[in-house]
Amino acid sequence: MMHRHPILRAVSKLLIAPIMLFALYVQFHGDYGPGGGFQAGVILAVAFILYALMFGVETARRVAPMWMLRFLTAFGVLLYGGTGVVGILLGGAFLDYNVLAADPKAGQHIGILLVEGGVGITVASVMIVLFFTFAGRK
Amino acid sequence: MDNLLQIIIDHYNYWIVIILMMIGFYVVIARGNLVKKLVGLNIFQTSVFLLYISVGNVMGGTAPILVSEAAEARPDAQVLYTNPLTSVLILTAIVVGVATTSLGLALVVRIKESYGTMEEDEIIDMDQAEDKAERDRLRGPTPEEIAEGHPS
Amino acid sequence: MTLVIDVFLFLFLMITAVAMARMNSLFGVVMMSGIYSLLSAALFMVMDAPDVAFTEAAVGAGISTVLMLGTLALVGRVQKPALRRHHFAALGIVIVTGIALAYGTYDLPAFGDADNPVQTSTVTERYVDVSGREIGIPNIVTSVLASYRGYDTLGETVVVFTAAVAVLVLLGRARRRGVTGEERESDLQ
Repeated sequence: MMHRHPILRAVSKLLIAPIMLFALYVQFHGDYGPGGGFQAGVILAVAFILYALMFGVETARRVAPMWMLRFLTAFGVLLYGGTGVVGILLGGAFLDYNVLAADPKAGQHIGILLVEGGVGITVASVMIVLFFTFAGRK
Repeated sequence: MDNLLQIIIDHYNYWIVIILMMIGFYVVIARGNLVKKLVGLNIFQTSVFLLYISVGNVMGGTAPILVSEAAEARPDAQVLYTNPLTSVLILTAIVVGVATTSLGLALVVRIKESYGTMEEDEIIDMDQAEDKAERDRLRGPTPEEIAEGHPS
Repeated sequence: MTLVIDVFLFLFLMITAVAMARMNSLFGVVMMSGIYSLLSAALFMVMDAPDVAFTEAAVGAGISTVLMLGTLALVGRVQKPALRRHHFAALGIVIVTGIALAYGTYDLPAFGDADNPVQTSTVTERYVDVSGREIGIPNIVTSVLASYRGYDTLGETVVVFTAAVAVLVLLGRARRRGVTGEERESDLQ
């Protein structure tokens, strides 16, 4: 796929790493500026989709195998729910982050980090799975 | 006259949202192509997002991000923030919207594969023809057909 | 100034929507829907909702266009021209509904009004005034999303997950007709 477009291939190779970096920035900077798990997940998925568009879905499936994506899809939700359950185990309510650390504010930070991480993982892997499923069908 | 102008300035945003919503609605009910219908639903959906964000907007306000670290300790009453709640509702709705749209697209792909078409009227015609054949089969031959000597 | 940008963006948005309704080439419609998303993202930005604008630009203009193009590659890109007789009935229904809704907007608060019930509600006041002290992060949207309304976001994440599962159930395997064992094998991986 796309063997006849050397410029597109070169440019997309250059772009994929910065896109992933930007996704991580959006993920972890969501506390301070616009951003968060939903946006970061989508941007991370875009990096994989660009790779799949340039080098073919089969090649991209070797980079991000389907079994791993399926696992990550569920894992993100589990991480989210698990953070809630840990809150219960530590004596708080479901999704109560105050009890995650000695200082309620630090607890909130940890809780939001984990929860946003869960959202990011799920959204990214879901978007990649959707693209692979549509594009991989003959 | 001033009154009318004021009403327009106060409400034009909602009216345009309604126009967009109705364009989406029109595409959904007047177009037979299933992909086109999904696009119409997307137009409708985006207009709802715009309505929510319009309601949450404050003239002269700023994005709902606290302006300085000092604001953490001292709530600053002077700064007007746009409503954070509408933003939260809509940003999750956008991501859920694309997930549900893709489910709709998957259904369209399957429909196309089994019917060979994705035009609503053709699908309905095929379904009705199949129903009719099924009814005829269950009812068995009519007395006229038996009299003519064609058992089935 | 904001008002002018607002009005022009809305105008472009309407033109795009009408063009999408009239076009018969599905490829054109999908490309227009990308433009439509980008314009609405710009509008969200003008209306001071950067988080939403960000999401719409990434999701609406990026992912959903790509997914629709992927679908068109599978189902074909031409639609039958619409039947004339449907037009007028549909137009009538749409106009009546639109007028009813427009009548309803007279009860809505003025656009951008700071005394809007949405703004003066105790919930909003609490989010804006206390979240800085309670949660300790500057972005109120993130604190509401992940902490105050954590249940809601959990539900949304589960919806996204469920949609992916449903798509995999529908399209995850190759077509039943003419599938060899090898293809099935490669598809499962």
